[in-house]
Amino acid sequence: MTTDPVPLLPRGTRLHHDRVRDTMVLLVPERALLLDDIGAAILREVDGRSTLGAISSRLAERYGAPKADVASDVRDFLDGLAGQRLVDYQ
Amino acid sequence: MTDRPAPPIAMLAELTHRCPLSCSYCSNPLELTERTRELTTEGWIDVFRQAAKLGVLQLHLSGGEPASRRDLEILVKAARDAGLYVNLITSGIGLTPTRLNALETAGLDHLQLSLQATTADKADWIGGYRGSFARKLALAEEVLWRGIPLTVNAVMHRHTIDDVRTAIDFAANLGARRIEVACVQFYGWALVNRDALLPTRAQVVQAKDAVAEARLAYAGRMMIDFVPPDYYADYPKACMGGWGSTGINVAPDGTVLPCHAAATIPGVVFDRVTEKPLSAIWYDGAAFNAFRGHAWMQEPCRSCARRDHDHGGCRCQAMTLAADPTATDPVCRHAPARPAVDHILEQQAPSVSPFIYRGSKR
Repeated sequence: MTTDPVPLLPRGTRLHHDRVRDTMVLLVPERALLLDDIGAAILREVDGRSTLGAISSRLAERYGAPKADVASDVRDFLDGLAGQRLVDYQ
Repeated sequence: MTDRPAPPIAMLAELTHRCPLSCSYCSNPLELTERTRELTTEGWIDVFRQAAKLGVLQLHLSGGEPASRRDLEILVKAARDAGLYVNLITSGIGLTPTRLNALETAGLDHLQLSLQATTADKADWIGGYRGSFARKLALAEEVLWRGIPLTVNAVMHRHTIDDVRTAIDFAANLGARRIEVACVQFYGWALVNRDALLPTRAQVVQAKDAVAEARLAYAGRMMIDFVPPDYYADYPKACMGGWGSTGINVAPDGTVLPCHAAATIPGVVFDRVTEKPLSAIWYDGAAFNAFRGHAWMQEPCRSCARRDHDHGGCRCQAMTLAADPTATDPVCRHAPARPAVDHILEQQAPSVSPFIYRGSKR
């Protein structure tokens, strides 16, 4: 794996707008993860083409936050999902 | 109840009780529903649409063997169209490559494959069906090359729990991203077969170590979920995450239950989707409100610091072991009925009893 991998949602993992609860959820094998605004914002950028660095830059710009902080949050969040095989890095 | 309950997240739809296997720990009730009493295709589609509207996100299509329903592909498509995440819980028997193609086209999200054992002789003996293991393996290969996300559900009991590491390695070789190592819980058929199925304490201790080792070995490759047998626990499981809080089950004839064993509790009346809207059953039905909140609890649950954590444990187990569905789950070390569990563990037969296989409704 490179130091700046491209995260992607594998088959079986889908971002979904839950109309009943009016929130974003990550639908995964046999579970539904209710997302907060930050989690949803990160996963919306996971398109299977953008690197972690590119995703962090876009989010840092959009929210006016220091890129280093955003990059570390993005990495932690996606690493947590990757550890559960809900995100793949390539 | 004063607060309106949150909407359910998951639905377990038992499409049929028919199954080519007859495992002695089947979670279906002792009284199996006949094919002629099953909901129609249109009946199930209506249930799925109502479920999505109510807030259900995850749909688990189960049985029996759901592939015994010839309209499975139609049901998967309808559930996806309703916005649900569709998981198929199957033994793999009855799923041909052609049907798998159709299920993929219909939008199946994920497949959970049961694993009775890791060798043909043992698996066929446990499932009561010669040749079932070979057919399951053939199906698993079809699932793997298609890339359908796969969870293996390895059922653990006295005869299989020593093979837990083999089962985990087996699942990894099948390409599973996740394995559920699920120890048999004692309701229905498994309760009838408890003497034959209950593992020893030494077996459970060894299995826990094996699972911990495997988690390290497969970190980042495969998720390993472990459900230990609760008779050996100090505190009860948070059954269903709390009665009527996240899950809703529909039996083949449309009876709506808070869990698949709930019908064993006498005096509780269960509504049917053919007679009442699903949302009325969830929010206002007597069965779903029977054990919500704390008012129904006895001591020591009512004043226990863990009451919102484990919700007093399992109501069906309280019924089974303490003859009172409002009692503290007898596996809890504070439960007045805990001696009943200890007695069962002490009386464990040194020799192995034969299985009583699940009866068949085909």
